[in-house]
Amino acid sequence: MRFVDEYRDPAAARRAVEEIGIVSGGEHRKFMEVCGGHTHTIYKHGIENVLPENVELVHGPGCPVCVIPMGRVDDAINLAEQPGVIFTSFGDMMRVPGSTSNLLEAKARGADVRMVYSPLDALRIAQANPDRQVVFFAIGFETTAPSTAITLLKAKEAGVTNFSVFCNHVTIVPPIKAILESPDLRLDGFIGPGHVSTVIGNRPYRFLPAQYGKPLVTAGFEPLDILQAILMLVRQLRDGRCEVENQYTRAVRDEGNVRALQILGQVFELRPHFEWRGLGFISHSGLKLSEAFADWDAELRFQVPGVRVADPKACQCGEVLKGVIKPWECKVFGTACTPETPIGTCMVSSEGACAAYYNYGRFTREAAASARIPVRSA
Amino acid sequence: MCLGIPGKVVEIVDVNQHRAIADVDGVRREINVGLVLGDAGGLEVGEWVLIHVGFAMSKIDEEEAERTLSFIKELGSVYDDEIDEFRQETPL
Ligand code: SF4
Repeated sequence: MRFVDEYRDPAAARRAVEEIGIVSGGEHRKFMEVCGGHTHTIYKHGIENVLPENVELVHGPGCPVCVIPMGRVDDAINLAEQPGVIFTSFGDMMRVPGSTSNLLEAKARGADVRMVYSPLDALRIAQANPDRQVVFFAIGFETTAPSTAITLLKAKEAGVTNFSVFCNHVTIVPPIKAILESPDLRLDGFIGPGHVSTVIGNRPYRFLPAQYGKPLVTAGFEPLDILQAILMLVRQLRDGRCEVENQYTRAVRDEGNVRALQILGQVFELRPHFEWRGLGFISHSGLKLSEAFADWDAELRFQVPGVRVADPKACQCGEVLKGVIKPWECKVFGTACTPETPIGTCMVSSEGACAAYYNYGRFTREAAASARIPVRSA
Repeated sequence: MCLGIPGKVVEIVDVNQHRAIADVDGVRREINVGLVLGDAGGLEVGEWVLIHVGFAMSKIDEEEAERTLSFIKELGSVYDDEIDEFRQETPL
């Protein structure tokens, strides 16, 4: 357990790993970590290599950049190239491939695309450029959606009419349901997202034990947090319990952020369905601006093509996002698809499973092999 | 981009507009604190918050802030990107 020495509290980590081994009693357990931040930690710190062989982690759909389908990127580029538009986006989206190019290339072709840190920056750009149309490319789960919502409230309050939002916010619960309903995968439980849960709290996950008989433990981002969450999961299974538990009490409260939830309800409504890259259409999984904010909806203000584009043939992001295959099992992984020339979205964002594995995973696997630590074969 | 980064509230600029200045590892910038003002005890200068895309998401204690920051720093490029973006001036 050489890697454990690099953790913040190696003694506690070692104890947790031992406990996981004892409590799981050699039974094969497969847990999904829903959040891309967790995937990143798991590869970076070689957590898969310190776990007992019978405990397997699979990576889920919780990277907001990875799940945006190609057609929506094409729409974003189309918006960016409309005359008079200043198109604003988080840096993460700039290199996500559409069907023929990405936002960075659109910028090189002359579109006014600007990277912003916060949606409030996009609003400030609109206020500073009253004769231009400023569009904000909104992406993200419930962690990010309240920021867009507050920005829209401010735009309305200040009467900023040259600002609009191209809304691609998604919610975390529907894809979890979709994954449970797909026959490809047999899971024993979930590691729940940390920062998303600061907003939604733990209650929205109660359907998991109630309807699907699966436990979930919300976890923080450190290696020790993840190990403790796994321990809590195997304990539940051993004791025949099935509950939603919170390992990350340092930041997550059961009821979530009540103010944020209220603002979300005020500004957004659920779309009947929304397309996810690799997962297809999922009912009630995306947000759009509510009636009261229709004037700030870029999809209503501009003509947006809205054409659905099939994922590239070679791309297996869907299987990766559902945890059906590991990143290195994709045929183009590390060859045609690398962080420099990504084919799929999972290779673009640092929270994407493919990028995380490309950057760290190979090394921990190689190191583990040379240290003769048993590593599960792919 | 799903990770929050811990920052210390060093100034409340305008409580009604929810504007405050946060310090993340020596870098200062304005943040919106509307989502945490309703927390028990409100929000005071010197308290720590998790910041995501310019918004304070939840209050945390100092120990948790330090742990989270040192953990994010270990992630290398993730930390560099976060802090670069935090530092970034709005391209007006
Ligand atoms: S290697 Fe590239 S194409 Fe294959 S699943 Fe990963 S991101 Fe998608």
